[in-house]
Amino acid sequence: MSILVNKNTNVVVQGITGHEGLFHTEQMLVYGTRIVAGVRPGKGGEWVVSGKVPIFDTVSSAVEATGADCSIIFVPARAAPDAILEAADAGIPLVVCITEGIPVQDMMRVRKYLDEKQVRLIGPNCPGLLTPGEAKVGIIPGHIGRPGNVGVVSRSGTLTYEVIHAITQRGMGQSTCVGIGGDPVHGLGFLETLELFEEDPHTDKIVLIGEIGGNDEERAAEFITDRLTKPVVAFIAGQTAPPGKRMGHAGAIVEGGTGTAAEKIKALEAAGARVARHPEEIADLLAGL
Amino acid sequence: MRLHEYQSKQIFAQNGIPIPRGRVASTAATAKEIAMELGGRVVIKAQVLVGGRGKAGGIRLARTPAEAEELATQILGMQIKGLPVRRVLVDEAAAIRSEIYLAVTNERNARRPVMVASAEGGVEIEQVAHDTPDKIVRLLVDPLLGLREYQAREIASRIELPRDHWKTFVQIARGLYQAYAACDATLAEINPLVITEDQRLIALDGKMVLDDNALSRHQDLAELRDIDEEAPVEVEARKYGLSYVAMDGDIGCMVNGAGLAMATMDIIKFNGGKPANFLDIGGGAGSDKVAAALRIILSDPGVHAILFNIFGGITRCDEVARGILAALESVETRVPMVVRLVGTNEAEGRRLLAGAKMETAATLSEAARKAVELAAQHAA
Repeated sequence: MSILVNKNTNVVVQGITGHEGLFHTEQMLVYGTRIVAGVRPGKGGEWVVSGKVPIFDTVSSAVEATGADCSIIFVPARAAPDAILEAADAGIPLVVCITEGIPVQDMMRVRKYLDEKQVRLIGPNCPGLLTPGEAKVGIIPGHIGRPGNVGVVSRSGTLTYEVIHAITQRGMGQSTCVGIGGDPVHGLGFLETLELFEEDPHTDKIVLIGEIGGNDEERAAEFITDRLTKPVVAFIAGQTAPPGKRMGHAGAIVEGGTGTAAEKIKALEAAGARVARHPEEIADLLAGL
Repeated sequence: MRLHEYQSKQIFAQNGIPIPRGRVASTAATAKEIAMELGGRVVIKAQVLVGGRGKAGGIRLARTPAEAEELATQILGMQIKGLPVRRVLVDEAAAIRSEIYLAVTNERNARRPVMVASAEGGVEIEQVAHDTPDKIVRLLVDPLLGLREYQAREIASRIELPRDHWKTFVQIARGLYQAYAACDATLAEINPLVITEDQRLIALDGKMVLDDNALSRHQDLAELRDIDEEAPVEVEARKYGLSYVAMDGDIGCMVNGAGLAMATMDIIKFNGGKPANFLDIGGGAGSDKVAAALRIILSDPGVHAILFNIFGGITRCDEVARGILAALESVETRVPMVVRLVGTNEAEGRRLLAGAKMETAATLSEAARKAVELAAQHAA
């Protein structure tokens, strides 16, 4: 089983006629995802993917006609904030935004608006969701996953593929893989995802993949201590990375000393998580649990 | 993208923030003219995009135009942290009574802008924040409403600013927020905001950092980029949409995705090697981009081996392979290479590279071990 998406999820693709939108719509359909509609203003009434998917001008008309309960966004960065807001206003409870390069101030405004709505945002700048054997809503290569009991949550893109691949190669499988995205301001975070995995009866172990910067991993460590009963294997990318370019004094004052790989690893280990030294070791540690 | 002090202060002035009278000069003669126009004492300030200018001797007080010319000559001949000083700002000198710190930046945990202020501004502000955190005032701003007047007054009150200055301070704080919002900045900072002996508030120094993702909608700001201040290799990388950071090791890395790039560097270190760089070719990179990336890696003479780690998704392994081959045609090199290709079109990618002289690896660990061995052999 899974969290967030499964074989009954009805997906609308925003930006379905673009190069990436169309390519990944086909990939998702091949995987078995229920793609019920696409949105492209000005092309409502047309069909794509050999007549399999109807296009609508607006998200609300797509929802009305098809009952879509999940949206995936492939529109360019300048239009993506609008696309997220449009999906939220159409009453879609789960919005996955793949688009990268959205300005931070745009995302702060979008998040502020979404906070007052009943909507979960995944991303932006993320690879999306994969529930192996049921549905993929995103761009994670489908063949690398396999149904199983490991929940995966990650801030990265291709590093997540690497880890999913390694887990599968070791004969294990995943309940759901969640790419929450690497932007400073994003939707669903580690905490909410860990909580969903904790409640999911089919997830027995959790893999958390973090990166240097911010303090999401430190907060996840607190959550693991306080709330989580399932075992966690973690990896933090960037142990050898050069220190980030300094953001004036304000960055140092606001972020304080948080954000280095060493601090994140220390916090996660103190919370009882097993921390892998490199990505392939994640699968070894999982197998030992 | 960082702006120079003089650029930041011009933006501040456009948003109603008082700044000293002054102009920028690239020759000592111009600096002297500006000093004559301003009359009286002036401050000559090196315009380079690094911190610690004052401590390096890049900020000096001149009492006469002749002295201004002399100091400008000295400063224009300096290098600060490796950057040659190409311009100086000549500002009228202020008689300073006290220094305030005022900034706005993004608070990622709260997902909102935050105003940061202190009555103890100046170069030691980080020490103040560390030793006496209660002297730093922080106030979150609703990004949909912006900084309201009452909030700016609240900051003034909490840093115990004398009431006579509140009205001007509110105007400055709101101007700073407005500049931050209008320019899509990630930081707008005044340090110090001074109270002068004659009871005026002036932004003596300014710093702005802009969100690179937003520059496409700010053509005027994008043109302010000073490429003289950047390493040529970084300019080249940006031209191709590559993210490159040089390091001091000997194993060059080319990876798709920032997280995987960092993890690749980590595993090189884990196997006893040292990465020469961070390089993310991004998603969907075509062969042109890959070729440019390879040229950039090879431009570092310290590189003794190269590791390609590509996990194909949007990026196709065959495209990457073509890029590597194209680059090898135009670049003479004997640096050994290790390639690991997994994912979309991996078989085709491997087939294309079969003729080239490179090691292949099935796993990341294997690739890292081979790269470390080859680098040691090549360096010997």
